[in-house]
Amino acid sequence: MQDSVKPDGITPSQTVGPFFKYGLTPTGEYAWNDAFTNSTLTPDVTGDRVRIEGRVFDGDGAAVPDCMLEIWQADAQGRFADPQDKRALPNASFRGFARCGTDKDGNYSFDTVKPGVVPDPDGKPQAPHIVLAVFGRGMLRHLYTRIYFSDEAGNAADPVLALVPAERRATLTAVREAGKPVYRLDLHLQGDDETVFFDM
Amino acid sequence: MTFIYPTGSNKAHPLPLSPEYKSSIKRAPNKPLIPMRHTLSELTGPVYGHETVREGDNDLTTQHTGEPIGERIIVHGHVRDEDGRGVPNSLVEIWQANSCGRYVHVRDQHPAPLDPNFTGAGRTVSDAAGYYRFVTIKPGAYPWGNHHNAWRPAHIHLSVFGHSFVTRLVTQMYFPADPLFPFDPIFNSVPDEKARARMVSSFDLENTQPEWALCYRFDVVLRGKNATPMENH
Repeated sequence: MQDSVKPDGITPSQTVGPFFKYGLTPTGEYAWNDAFTNSTLTPDVTGDRVRIEGRVFDGDGAAVPDCMLEIWQADAQGRFADPQDKRALPNASFRGFARCGTDKDGNYSFDTVKPGVVPDPDGKPQAPHIVLAVFGRGMLRHLYTRIYFSDEAGNAADPVLALVPAERRATLTAVREAGKPVYRLDLHLQGDDETVFFDM
Repeated sequence: MTFIYPTGSNKAHPLPLSPEYKSSIKRAPNKPLIPMRHTLSELTGPVYGHETVREGDNDLTTQHTGEPIGERIIVHGHVRDEDGRGVPNSLVEIWQANSCGRYVHVRDQHPAPLDPNFTGAGRTVSDAAGYYRFVTIKPGAYPWGNHHNAWRPAHIHLSVFGHSFVTRLVTQMYFPADPLFPFDPIFNSVPDEKARARMVSSFDLENTQPEWALCYRFDVVLRGKNATPMENH
């Protein structure tokens, strides 16, 4: 085994291309099994179960049928299933991660729980949010964005939303459907309604 | 252990818009990305270990009743951070074309044969030193519609998690001295020559298995330096 050598930089990103489905999101259509599904739900999960759904569009407004979306989030208490979160509950089977490929009409959906409040680096509360990574053919590196929830009063004081021009915040806010635990958020990779993506 | 993730490291990546790669033209954001500090949400990440991987998932030559056609190879290396330290317990997923350059994906209909003994997907978890290893078949080059007579250099797609959501990486591993490199807009979307070289595996004679398989080494370097220990929350 080689000794550790200091690298001269990180490995660059390359597109997932058009053919990732059989490897990363086979969903029973190929001779390979899924490591992940579009659900974070586990039998022991607590909190409000919600569905987040929407479509992905390109700069022409055409549906993007070959995107892969990944979400990462805290549980309903605002704790991450990662030992780096020293507050994490020891016995939760909740993982907080899910993956979904878009279908031929650009649709995606996630079944999850609404996350709790997570502190920012200054200890200030962030409104409930989900971190979203968007991969796709034509995308040389994935893009990062966030999903907020339209019915959260804490959005007004959220320190990350505050970085975003007011007129663009709607691109980060999933809108609750009347009478159902379903939120809708379309993603626009480019154009007038372009989703806010973060440089992190 | 508290890691820091300098954003300057991201300069190694391609820009979202790389016009020579035509599919990027309508899928790259026009508006500048908004810089933000990493919060706990970005500094943590999914933890998936050996329970996610079945025995044999890292051997793409034994997933069917017969052996696939092509040149059997070992692909191995370390997942490392920017300081060169191994990244342990990181999920590594791969997918690739078969030896004829054909993917099993339904949308790949170019006139090359499928191999009933090769799916082309695998996964493994890096060990305590960050080491990973796959056995597979050397993928073929294949044509694509980007421009006249466009061919992708042979490559294996890799998806790696690392320590946090900001270390997430999907890349492609190429093979040494491929004559298609100068003509490939995806390979050349990486602006820096040294950074492009980090996507090319090296031939590893020492770990070749005589009478059985050639070997290529590929280290994956993720974002992350080990900062001075501190309590940040």
